[in-house]
Amino acid sequence: MENQYFVDSEFLSERALEKKHRLESDPSFRTDHMQYLSGMEQIKSDIMEKVMHEMDSYDYSCYSAADVKAALSHEKCSVDDFKALLSPAAEPFLEEMAQRAREKTSRHFGNTVYLFTPLYIANYCENYCVYCGFNCYNHINRMKLDMNQIEHEMQVISQSGMEEILILTGESREQSDVEYIGSACRLAAKYFRLVGLEIYPVNTNEYKYLHECGADYVTVFQETYDPERYEQLHLAGHKRVFPYRFEAQERALMGGMRGVAFSALLGLSDFRKDALATGLHAYMIQRKYPSAEISLSCPRLRPIINNDRINPLDVHEKQLCQVVCAYRIFMPFAGITVSSRESEAFRNGIVKIAATKVSAGVSTGIGDHESKYTGSEKENKTGDEQFEINDSRSLDVMYRDMAENGLQPVMNDYLYMQEEI
Amino acid sequence: MENDKLIIGGHEFGSRFILGSGKYSMNLIKAAVRDAGAEIITLAVRRTNTAEDENILDYIPEGVTLLPNTSGARNAQEAVRIARLARELGCGDFVKIEIMRDSKYLLPDNQETVKATEILANEGFVVMPYMYPDLNTARDLVSAGAAAVMPLASPIGSNKGLATREFIQIIIDETDLPVIVDAGIGRPSQACEAMEMGAAAIMANTALATAGDLPLMAAAFRQAVEAGRKAYLSGLGRVLVRGASASDPLTGFLRD
Repeated sequence: MENQYFVDSEFLSERALEKKHRLESDPSFRTDHMQYLSGMEQIKSDIMEKVMHEMDSYDYSCYSAADVKAALSHEKCSVDDFKALLSPAAEPFLEEMAQRAREKTSRHFGNTVYLFTPLYIANYCENYCVYCGFNCYNHINRMKLDMNQIEHEMQVISQSGMEEILILTGESREQSDVEYIGSACRLAAKYFRLVGLEIYPVNTNEYKYLHECGADYVTVFQETYDPERYEQLHLAGHKRVFPYRFEAQERALMGGMRGVAFSALLGLSDFRKDALATGLHAYMIQRKYPSAEISLSCPRLRPIINNDRINPLDVHEKQLCQVVCAYRIFMPFAGITVSSRESEAFRNGIVKIAATKVSAGVSTGIGDHESKYTGSEKENKTGDEQFEINDSRSLDVMYRDMAENGLQPVMNDYLYMQEEI
Repeated sequence: MENDKLIIGGHEFGSRFILGSGKYSMNLIKAAVRDAGAEIITLAVRRTNTAEDENILDYIPEGVTLLPNTSGARNAQEAVRIARLARELGCGDFVKIEIMRDSKYLLPDNQETVKATEILANEGFVVMPYMYPDLNTARDLVSAGAAAVMPLASPIGSNKGLATREFIQIIIDETDLPVIVDAGIGRPSQACEAMEMGAAAIMANTALATAGDLPLMAAAFRQAVEAGRKAYLSGLGRVLVRGASASDPLTGFLRD
């Protein structure tokens, strides 16, 4: 069963609807997703080619229980072992994988779990990504916070005790330009020890500028690593350009960022191939940039405003757990983030196995932290959410739950370092 | 034995077990001090820089010497800045230099470590550099003003023991400063072996942090370190290489 992504809003003009339908039904009407647009930097890198090659040749049906057992017996997990662990043959070995993953996590991270919160500062978007609540054809309340509003949100979050923040925007260069995001980073650096970014991909010099503004970590989800599927899901806008997005982490590191995060949105395509590509993408970047801090996220599709039927299809909790364990065994040193898309029970369980970071006090809407954190009814307008979250625990509750689970919640172990001029 | 003190930068310590900073918890610190006898506890400056109720500084018992480390530094310049920050935070003058350009194995960068050692020693820090066991670097660190050298036994957190045994032995033999074996010590027996070799002290964390019974493992480390030290001081007995020694001396044919 495929997800039914296409929803027509009654608020769209006839012309807009016509264009939308044509984008949806006529591939020739869409731009070439492998062509860089003007202004997009092209770097010299062979990582995409290598990852695509591995993914294309990955036939997970050819792995057997013996391959999985061999992979679990190896001290070091090779690329082929990683492939075996992601295969259906590994599903009966989930408990063994979890045990192995826990051992690796404990060796590299002890019993710590890092806490952070995302802050959406704008939800304008120029892309038509059919599964996303922010997509330009979805009728939602759009909003962009000004600097006063951003600072207010940050104060509210900071007062809750949070020390790491992830700043997000919808992908609109026009509405949320790099200077606007940079100003938000400068504000964030006043209130938080670690400022991460999850914004539209930018050029190296822009990452450098954002790093100078205080950001030090860049997250870019490739969504799916299958270029054909990518083309069918990202029908319009700059996000449609597959290679520019793929190379974002590399540009971020070239721009001086300390760490980068990778992810496929599981449920969009063949999740085993996407998980393989995500892991290899991160693995190859680490080999090329050995000092980079690497982390992986593992989000699954969630319902969005105006389409509550979107779901992660064949990626059930067991499959998600398999992916997370395989990531951990393959890359014991990488951070793994599990977002509030997952349930409280799942997150409580997975932090004991492999996850090293969870979000708390989450809102994926715009400008609503005060009402969510304090319960106060505000008259101010707020912007709609990107997707429905599944675990709404506050920082205090999350902190307590993690500690009660025998874990040590860590708010921060980060020092922002910038080149001295 | 009672007068056998570990002396680092003019400071005396009775214990030769130092707690590393990899994995922190109240229980670990408690066990390290009470059961392993640690008098020096490493802490990552980047973990002190946090909200009040989370401050790791509050975990450190009185009378214990703090050894802030520069973990997170990717070059000498960053290590120097973190060391200065540690001093501002009231962590004292001790500093363990850790400079890593590798997020996977966390192997130290010897060249940058020498540079940072020189700068910080000149600023009056008691500098304890973490290093890959290379004799030339050890000598450079001595010249740069280090108070000790801290070669790794095997990759940090790996619990793999003395993978670099021969090279650490060379440094112990050729260096006048205390040689503290740091990183990779996974069992009390390995700690004991390093002490028998003449190491001045052992630093460990993961071996304790990941043990089933923390206090019991801490006590085991204390005894192992002490046993190794005693063995070293007493002068190890001979080790026969091949079977018994020849009863007929090879030189028996010589006449007066």
